[in-house]
Amino acid sequence: MSTVLQVRGLSKSFGGIRAVRDVNFDLAEGEFLALIGPNGAGKTTCFNMLNGYLPPDEGTVSLGGQSLIGKPPRDIWRMGVGRTFQITSTFMSMTVVENVQMALISHHRRVFDLFSRATRLYVDEAMALLDLVSMRDQAGRACSELAYGDLKRLELAIALAHEPALLLMDEPTAGMAPSERVALMALTAEIVARGGVSVVFTEHDMDVVFAHAHRILVLNRGEIIAEGSGSDIRANPLVQEVYLGGGAVFETEASDA
Amino acid sequence: MTVIRRAVLGAIAALPMIGLMPKAGQAADPIILGEVNSYTRLPAFTEPYKKGWELAVEQINAAGGIDGRPLEVISRDDTGDPATAIRIAEELVSKDGAVLIFGTFLSNIGLAVADFAKQKEVLFLASEPLSDAIVWSKGNKYTYRLRPSTHMQAAMLAEQAAKLDAVKWATVAPNYAYGQDAVKAFKSELTRLRPDVEFVEEQWPPVFKIDAGSTVRALEASKPDAIFNVTFGGDLAKFVREGSLRFLFEDRDVASLLTGEPEYLLPLGDETPEGWIVTGYPPADIDTPAHNAFAEAYEARFGEIPKTGSIVGYNSILAIAAALEKAGSTDTDALLAAMEGLNVDSSPTGPFTFRAADHQSTMGAYVGRTGLVDGVPSMVDWSYADGADYLPSEADAAALRPAE
Amino acid sequence: MGFYFAQLLTGLANASSLFLIASGLSIIFGVTRIVNFAHGSFYMLGAYLAYTLVTLWSGSVLGFWGGVVLAALVVGLIGLVVELTILRRIYHAPELFQLVATFGVVLIVQDAALAIWGAEDLLGPRAPGLDRAVRILGEPIPEYDLALIAIGPAVLAGIWLLFHKTRWGVLVRAATQDREMVGALGINQAWLFSAAFVLGSALAGLGGALQIPREAVSLQMDLSIIGEAFVVVVIGGMGSVSGAFVAAVLISVLNSFAILIFPQISIVLPFIVMAIVLIFRPYGILGKPGSEAGAPEAPEAPLTLMSPKAMMVMCAGLMALALSPLFTAEFTSVLLVDVMVATLFAVSLHFMMGIGGMVSFGHAAYFGVGAYAAALAVKFLGFGMLPAMAFGPLCAALAALFFGWFSVRLSGVYLAMLTLAAAQILWGVTFQWQDFTGGDDGILGVWPPGWASSDRVYFYIAFVLCVGGIWVMRRIAYSPFGYVLRGVRDSQTRAEAIGVDTRFHQWMGFVIAGAFAGLAGVVFAFSKGSVFPDSLGIALSIDGLIMVLLGGIHALAGPILGASAFVLIEDWVTRLDYWRFIFGTIILVVVLVAPDGIAGGIQRLWRIIKRGAA
Repeated sequence: MSTVLQVRGLSKSFGGIRAVRDVNFDLAEGEFLALIGPNGAGKTTCFNMLNGYLPPDEGTVSLGGQSLIGKPPRDIWRMGVGRTFQITSTFMSMTVVENVQMALISHHRRVFDLFSRATRLYVDEAMALLDLVSMRDQAGRACSELAYGDLKRLELAIALAHEPALLLMDEPTAGMAPSERVALMALTAEIVARGGVSVVFTEHDMDVVFAHAHRILVLNRGEIIAEGSGSDIRANPLVQEVYLGGGAVFETEASDA
Repeated sequence: MTVIRRAVLGAIAALPMIGLMPKAGQAADPIILGEVNSYTRLPAFTEPYKKGWELAVEQINAAGGIDGRPLEVISRDDTGDPATAIRIAEELVSKDGAVLIFGTFLSNIGLAVADFAKQKEVLFLASEPLSDAIVWSKGNKYTYRLRPSTHMQAAMLAEQAAKLDAVKWATVAPNYAYGQDAVKAFKSELTRLRPDVEFVEEQWPPVFKIDAGSTVRALEASKPDAIFNVTFGGDLAKFVREGSLRFLFEDRDVASLLTGEPEYLLPLGDETPEGWIVTGYPPADIDTPAHNAFAEAYEARFGEIPKTGSIVGYNSILAIAAALEKAGSTDTDALLAAMEGLNVDSSPTGPFTFRAADHQSTMGAYVGRTGLVDGVPSMVDWSYADGADYLPSEADAAALRPAE
Repeated sequence: MGFYFAQLLTGLANASSLFLIASGLSIIFGVTRIVNFAHGSFYMLGAYLAYTLVTLWSGSVLGFWGGVVLAALVVGLIGLVVELTILRRIYHAPELFQLVATFGVVLIVQDAALAIWGAEDLLGPRAPGLDRAVRILGEPIPEYDLALIAIGPAVLAGIWLLFHKTRWGVLVRAATQDREMVGALGINQAWLFSAAFVLGSALAGLGGALQIPREAVSLQMDLSIIGEAFVVVVIGGMGSVSGAFVAAVLISVLNSFAILIFPQISIVLPFIVMAIVLIFRPYGILGKPGSEAGAPEAPEAPLTLMSPKAMMVMCAGLMALALSPLFTAEFTSVLLVDVMVATLFAVSLHFMMGIGGMVSFGHAAYFGVGAYAAALAVKFLGFGMLPAMAFGPLCAALAALFFGWFSVRLSGVYLAMLTLAAAQILWGVTFQWQDFTGGDDGILGVWPPGWASSDRVYFYIAFVLCVGGIWVMRRIAYSPFGYVLRGVRDSQTRAEAIGVDTRFHQWMGFVIAGAFAGLAGVVFAFSKGSVFPDSLGIALSIDGLIMVLLGGIHALAGPILGASAFVLIEDWVTRLDYWRFIFGTIILVVVLVAPDGIAGGIQRLWRIIKRGAA
């Protein structure tokens, strides 16, 4: 399998605190990779460097051979990276389907079209995407009326609109009820299984991680301390110490908000 | 109660959409005069003015009106905005049937209405605005102006200033057309009379936003022999206060435009500076039969002594009445013909004429010095300066106007 | 040396005056997020009340200072009444809506002050014991200036103690930084808001009262101070009292030295300083990110296409408008042109504020640039009316392109204030550049050519341009561009994450709004035949803001209803005595009855009628 994402020597400091140091990993096509670690381990910092919100101090990130470093988030999106947010971010004054249409309009480079009716563009594609996340029946509802779990699913549909090669999901299940979590991740796994997209996600909930991730990276104090499949990680003494033994790992991190 | 009733009746009468009723023509129909002024923006100046024209209208109507027809003034507030003034002028002419427009105080509104008058071919008597442009650089066939202009009043002061020993002058004027015109006129007139004077400092505070302390200090720093002041209203009070606190006026002559007008002088109270050379109007001290009659009637009617605005408002109506009588018609062409060289003989401030060449009236102003008389701010040692003496010749003035 | 030191002291005395009023404004905004236009009115009331009290107790030191303090307290009380009776009821209205109410208060106070204290300026007594000048380094310095120099920092220290040493003050600071947290802690928010409003008003009153020994009390005091007070608050950072102090000192001292070198600068200096500060520090000198945001509010409902019934109503309305010259008096056409111009202007402002989420306090700039560009093209380039009408919006768009580039780098009230600075700088240049713009005397003779000079023909020209302009803006609102612009307003993060260059998009939105404001400006110029600096002035910008907010910012019909109501009511009401009082009262009634604007009010009324019928 070919490599989609290549991360080499990624480092970032905040005022002397090294939040992320020398992170290296590859992501293969069709892979479902989890990035875990206790609070303050550097997950979010790492994540934000992948999607262009934070410039790294050192290191490279390349997608299909093209460097992502120094590019604004919108360019990274255009290169085929979709993303969802820890706290959902959608267009609250629009309906569900309009939210998806916006992504499609942007994908088809029609944001400066001044005379078409936006709501009539790409309706079928948008509906198909909503189908994918089982939101078709809610297409006409105002986004502001949705339950939180539905917003998460909507975000997923938006993120898939431009047929990304890579999907970055920051704490996709944060704030959801346990049953919803399982459903959302099962849905994501299904999408990955259909092919064409690879996923990197960060997660707190170990059940979710172990149930779906093909491979897991464990970060602690900014460094990767372990890597492997679910069973490898469960068996890793270092990980056990970090997760079970460690009060010491609770550092605050500026970017972890 | 009456205020409310008046408001309600006025409101009903004024509903803008009702423009359908044609006015039946009858012999005793009133002659409608349209009037616009900045009543809410500058009430201190426009209220006395309104009382002035009200008195004149009442007197004329009591005496039988013009050719048996009473005068009726429809008066509107322009809210201080030229665009609103134009809309109102339009309504006065096209809906209310006004035969002419008079009024306005602010120069820019005066200019806007003058231009409107030219476009719509209706007579406009600019009562109060001072701008020279109204009759000169932007003068037009349809516009006449009553009050002595910036140039005239500055020239009156320059004449007195030329008699002083002072050589080094500083100026302070609000930073807009009026202030700029006044300083320019004063400089040119004074330099003409006294080629040896020099102007060492200019201050241009924003109008109604003077930083008086800093301005006074900047003037002081230039060590002038004398100061020419154009600030007025609240700016003047601040300037006087800060200036006297900081001894700016000690051993210095001050020539100050309009400061002798009661509207500007009275608010200074017991802090009125003594001995400033000013133009203005001393209502209580003018002892001519015409003025006494006016002042008595005014006091009887309104319970207060007249101010400059009162006399301007009163003279406006006198001029309009004279024009209507001379024209013998309310037709604009006849009125325009009547206005050319129109003499108004019986005004409280003496006779004046509307010059045919530049449409400026020769109504003058009083020039004197400021002082406190029995604790009341007053003008002393004043004399009447006839406007005709401070205007360029009619031929020169006509050359200042755009070709028609 | 002595001279410059004395100039510095003069600047510092002015700074104290300015700080007093700005501090109150900053506190009110910090806590309640209300952009309080009535702050200048409170300042003026403080001065009038102090004048009355100090004159009553004239002569004694106690009488003077007692009068000043009592005046401040009474103004605080008036602030309480305003807060309890009006503002408290509309805290949940859309962002900035409260400023409409404070605008109503401004109008009412203007006429109330005129009725109570009369039209003439009132010169109060000087402060007993501080009525002379002392010599410092040989230069005369008024004693009262020295007192003011002491009072400013003393009040700052008092506010600091209040904010750091009392429970209430700690809550106020917390509320300034994080409003939701305070709500979550279960603190009685209403009480906190009232108290902040009272404190802010009392400080404004104190600022006004302390001016008695320096200037005559006049009816212009309210409007002459409010712009500068906002500038100071913004330069300092919204909600930051010490920032306001620093900014007041900066502005006043700079001004006192600048007028020595370039006296004409006074008129725009504060706005230039503000623009520079905001370009380099987007949250002011001591402001924090987040200090710009308004109160949190519920998201807007999705846009829907018009229902057939609404479409019919609209077509009927348009038809009636189009045919109106046939059955109304000629003057009505003139008034309707004004209505259409105001409506197009309001719609363009709504495009920017409502759809783009960029509040503008200086939208008149583009209206004025359009009007001036057309007038100057006629005057200097010999353009006919129609080419000039094309040239005006183009120039307005160029001006918007320039100022917008800076503005879209900011957000919230800071963005709004930068637009105001841009407008004021343009106004200042226009006002003073007599040779080119005619200065205050404006440009005359910009009338339509003969074929279009009748009121009725011009009505149809205006109809085509204004209704056409509004139609195009509506169309854009429903287009991908408009939707994405709303998206950027809803969530910049999401927009960026679907590949939108948010800043560029907002910038283009700004330019479109500016171009259509310019179109309104050219229609205006040829309907009035002349152009004056007022057409780029604050008053027009504020009128536009009131039209949009009063109409209802969350509806596309809002600015249309708001502008029509505003112009027609104003045209009617100015015929009455004390019309500002009546107009202000009408505004307050509308605000209280329809906190969601006229459009929202009509919708609710419609629903009630339907329910009643069913």
